[in-house]
Amino acid sequence: MTEAKYSTPLGDKLWRWLVISLPYWWLAIFFLAPFAIVFKISFADPVIAQPPFSNFFDFSLGADSWLLATLDNYRFITEDNLYWISYFKSLKIAAISTVLCLLLGYPMAYGIAKCQPKTRNILLMLVILPFWTSFLLRVYAWIVMLGKTGAINSLLLKMGLIASPLEMLYTDGAVYLGIVYTYIPFMVLPLYSVLEKMDTNLQDAAADLGARRWQVFFNITLPLSMPGVIAGSMLVFIPAVGEFVIPALLGGIDSLMIGRTLYDEFFINRDWPLASAVATVLLLIIVVPVMLLQSSQREEAK
Amino acid sequence: MTAATDNKAPTPSETDFSETPWLDPQAVPFIQIKSLGKQFGDFTAVDSISLDIYQGELFTILGGSGCGKSTLLRMLAGFEAPSVGQIIIDGVDISDLPAYDRPVNMMFQSYAVFPHMTVAQNIAYGLKKDRLPSAEIDSRVSEMLELVQLQDLASRKPKQLSGGQCQRVALARALIKRPKVLLLDEPLAALDKKLREQTQFELMNLQYKLGTTFIVVTHDQEEAMTLSSRVAVMDEGGFVQIGTPLEVYEFPVNRFVADFFGTINLFDATVTSSTQIDSTTYTIEAALDKIGTLIKADCSHQLKEGDITSIGVRPEKLSISQKKPRGKNLTITSGVVEDLAYYGNRSIYRVRSHSGRIIQVSAQNFQRTKELVLEWDDQVYLSWDSSCSVVLPE
Repeated sequence: MTEAKYSTPLGDKLWRWLVISLPYWWLAIFFLAPFAIVFKISFADPVIAQPPFSNFFDFSLGADSWLLATLDNYRFITEDNLYWISYFKSLKIAAISTVLCLLLGYPMAYGIAKCQPKTRNILLMLVILPFWTSFLLRVYAWIVMLGKTGAINSLLLKMGLIASPLEMLYTDGAVYLGIVYTYIPFMVLPLYSVLEKMDTNLQDAAADLGARRWQVFFNITLPLSMPGVIAGSMLVFIPAVGEFVIPALLGGIDSLMIGRTLYDEFFINRDWPLASAVATVLLLIIVVPVMLLQSSQREEAK
Repeated sequence: MTAATDNKAPTPSETDFSETPWLDPQAVPFIQIKSLGKQFGDFTAVDSISLDIYQGELFTILGGSGCGKSTLLRMLAGFEAPSVGQIIIDGVDISDLPAYDRPVNMMFQSYAVFPHMTVAQNIAYGLKKDRLPSAEIDSRVSEMLELVQLQDLASRKPKQLSGGQCQRVALARALIKRPKVLLLDEPLAALDKKLREQTQFELMNLQYKLGTTFIVVTHDQEEAMTLSSRVAVMDEGGFVQIGTPLEVYEFPVNRFVADFFGTINLFDATVTSSTQIDSTTYTIEAALDKIGTLIKADCSHQLKEGDITSIGVRPEKLSISQKKPRGKNLTITSGVVEDLAYYGNRSIYRVRSHSGRIIQVSAQNFQRTKELVLEWDDQVYLSWDSSCSVVLPE
């Protein structure tokens, strides 16, 4: 009788295993499998066919040469400056946008966390509210705002502050604006959740021990909110690196971000293998630093 | 003895006031709180209170939740600006000084130890903010670590410490700046019983050694009683009574204090006779109920026949016995033991008197017996001396 308490029926075990493994299944099906396909294609040759890449194996070619993998695509990426410029520009735009999001988002999150609970919920709603309209629509709205005959230029012209319309649309500035505008909720929310939970006694204690307000912030508040800073920065930086729509719609010809380069390779040049190689390298560029960061954080936690 | 309801005890000219500076007419208060008040919108948290605290006191502010004691503490620390009034410490008006400029440090109830700093870094924080030379910081930190016996844990993070150790870090961190006043918010609340007793004595020793003026805020009357030189009982934003623990316990000024500071049996009785003994002492008799139990009480003010008054008596002042006691000044009543709790050193009895009210008695277990001296449902007599009755204004 007593033993029955400790052993679980087979059905229970199966169920538990299923629940625990569910996120892994999700990752396997929607991330690993597609990535494996992309990874495989990156070693193929482009052909004019359906699908537009060569086979990976051809066993009719005999035991020595059945594997048709090629590193040509990767070689091509390293040789052509275009890709490196795109990668670099993407990382630069994403990094600067992340810093801008942090500089804008931190005071926002701090302010919201310091509000009365009622006002807090309203302000949080307002942060999330833009998500209720289509992302594409919101980016188009910026075109209307920033264009030569757009709202901002018309207003400034009418007020007599400028003589001729400003060049705002199709510049890097517009891309920064678009990215910061789109991704700032992802920065504010994790920061808010950390700041809201923070024990205000810690800040009082620092002030009591002689810390000025800015010292309280840099000695106590900021270090203790680092988990939120890191989470928010990742949530902004990672999607921003691969961002395609914003540079395509708001950026100029020189706003070469890797997302656009990828799109062009896939849909305009129809060079799937090369595009796959570009995507694989992009993933490595993002995943490797993130993994290093996480392992260093784990070390620190110990 | 009977005249001690007022604080102006007769003082011969050569009295030593070093332990009781508040009785010294020449003493200059170290901390002066002058009609200090705090409004939050329509709500009055602290209602223009005045208080003098002397150098080296361990002063306790005692009150229930929402009585305004925390707001008072936060005003002393500088986290809350007073709406009216002044706080003067050592002759300097600090009412408008920000928290970081006050000669006051605080030990928080939750300890508020910085989780991302080691024990030593926590303790050094206050001195670092004062930009002291690092050699001095190091020597003072190790001195402080020794004082609170944390030398071996200097490089630990707070996560690796027990509650009692965290408390000592918080204490050391607050003391290292050698504040003129140390504020302690419920210093013992988060500790378990054994540790509380030990810490309580440590705190008192430390305070004696350093001579720093301590102001403790607590809701726990036992904490207030054992720690303090004087206690201020607070209710609804004001002080109800200020005095030594003994004064507050034995001579409470009203029902609230009597009930809040310790346990007390309270009776509403009608005065039937009042006799003057000397210039400040009266003996009254008061009828408790229709049965006519007469309570005898000593009183410092005159009461008229027919006045209704509250009379209280502490559980430990009552005698409980199965034989009917005899005595001139005794109030005697009888009842049935309805409930009893055996604590080893003493027992607590809840006796239902014949008029139906519950009277609590605490009695020492003087004898070593194999069975309980009194059992449930035993018929007992309760008695107490008239000097033990506390006559309370309504």
